[in-house]
Amino acid sequence: MPRHKGLVDDASYVTVHLKNPSCGDDMRVQTKIEADVITDIHHDGSGCSICCASASMMAELVKGEHIEQAQAKKKAFYQMVSGQGIDEELLADAISLQGVAKLPPRIKCATLGWKAFEQTLSVDTVEYDEGVTRIDE
Amino acid sequence: MEHNEFINDFPILNEEMNGHRFVYLDSAATSLTPECVLEKMNEYYRHYGVNVHRGVYAFGAKADAEFEAVRDQVQCFIHAGSREEIVFTRGTTTAINQVAFGYVLPKLQPGDEIVTSMSEHHANFVPWQVIAQRSGATLRFAPLDQSGAVTAEALRSVMSEKTRFVALNHMSNVMSALNDVQALSQVAHEFGAEILIDGAQAIPHLRVDVQAIDCDFYAFSGHKMFGPTGVGVLYGKLICLQAMEPFEYGGAMIDQVCQVSTTYKDAPYRFETGTPMIAEVIGLGAAIRYVESLGYEYIQTRIEMLRAYAMEQLAQMPHVHVYNPHNYESATIAFNIVDVHSHDAVTVYDLEGVAIRAGHLCAQPMLSELEQGSLLRMSLQVYNTKADIDRFIAATKKASDFLDVLFL
Repeated sequence: MPRHKGLVDDASYVTVHLKNPSCGDDMRVQTKIEADVITDIHHDGSGCSICCASASMMAELVKGEHIEQAQAKKKAFYQMVSGQGIDEELLADAISLQGVAKLPPRIKCATLGWKAFEQTLSVDTVEYDEGVTRIDE
Repeated sequence: MEHNEFINDFPILNEEMNGHRFVYLDSAATSLTPECVLEKMNEYYRHYGVNVHRGVYAFGAKADAEFEAVRDQVQCFIHAGSREEIVFTRGTTTAINQVAFGYVLPKLQPGDEIVTSMSEHHANFVPWQVIAQRSGATLRFAPLDQSGAVTAEALRSVMSEKTRFVALNHMSNVMSALNDVQALSQVAHEFGAEILIDGAQAIPHLRVDVQAIDCDFYAFSGHKMFGPTGVGVLYGKLICLQAMEPFEYGGAMIDQVCQVSTTYKDAPYRFETGTPMIAEVIGLGAAIRYVESLGYEYIQTRIEMLRAYAMEQLAQMPHVHVYNPHNYESATIAFNIVDVHSHDAVTVYDLEGVAIRAGHLCAQPMLSELEQGSLLRMSLQVYNTKADIDRFIAATKKASDFLDVLFL
């Protein structure tokens, strides 16, 4: 079952909508941040199973975490899917996506939800990614 | 395993992908390149690789002769009225943009209409959308029949005295439906409009006769018909080419440059800017010879047999939904596996060494007509075999269990 799926209509949340134009994966992530802690997170979108499953696990991993810890988990996830080692402690259930490291064309599916999440934290620090389109709402 | 008589022409078929013999079922995206084309291009680079239209030495003359001989070859190949009607471009997309921006846009007035269809590749859709927006013209869409084709009646239903230009495909890249382009040209002309045919998907599979079609423009790419990437052809009736403005300026298209003004060469050279894609044009010539040595009839017969063989087995698989089952003359099968996203499915094919296409296939309007976000497309070419189809069917069976494959 996907967790934290479905968005809320609440102005205290930041929403980021990302799309991968080459395959059509489409993901919205909403976070509520209070005192640098991600107190709530939601996601919704359409796409392949890797994209949807990864967004669900991402939400589970970062909810209730301090921004710094969430960023550390994001980094660990990126490392895992690019084949640079697996941090089981940080990634918990998300290690089930380790097989993506063997499927280079699918890394972008696994990271779309994470990218959207990161962009909800601060747009300024985000690296430009030519493979992803941000949709302003 | 059955012997593939094309293995010598296409040694890439001996390659392994993900530990399996490479099975290539994505020829509608780009065809594999035969040795004769590679050799011809190598020969240019190795033995007389100098610029064209400039050299006053022997190798320059040789390059000129080889390059210009391909113009004659293309003229014969598509039965154009004269060699001046053949413009070399970087591909179909560039050819269509040249016509949209250099020929149609300068003539458009607010309220004029351009007609296209929802089955077009983005390359024959977006340029018309953009020039309509820039000029205040309206873009209209000819309705599709069940097979995905535009019939003459369908085109007529959206034509009016305001229609200035019609842009339709000869064969669509998702459904592979064949349009009766001769009838479509006739309808366009009845209304005083001109017509461009996007032939990118048709040219690898059927003989094109631009004079019989009577289209005003016809565009195709080399790389879908065994040629190299980066080269294509724009055919235009001479009267149209003479009235067309260049889309790019500089290089080989120049006649005389003064401080205040410049004159250009005549068509087709006016549209060939910079140093052209010399090796690619020469390679295209070899590709045309290759197609002619096989003959379209042979290519068609072989592909039809393979498609029927694949369809017979897919029809037994209730979890496979085929969108173009009755387009028998097509070289593609557009399908989805029920409840499996196309990108998940394509990973299974990939791991089995089978290359097929997944996604929106550069035809989002068509996918919205089908109410699909993405789909799978397998496409055939003459070098495919029944053994390839068997591998494709085996992978299709596996793909329905995608999650087992990924999370092993």
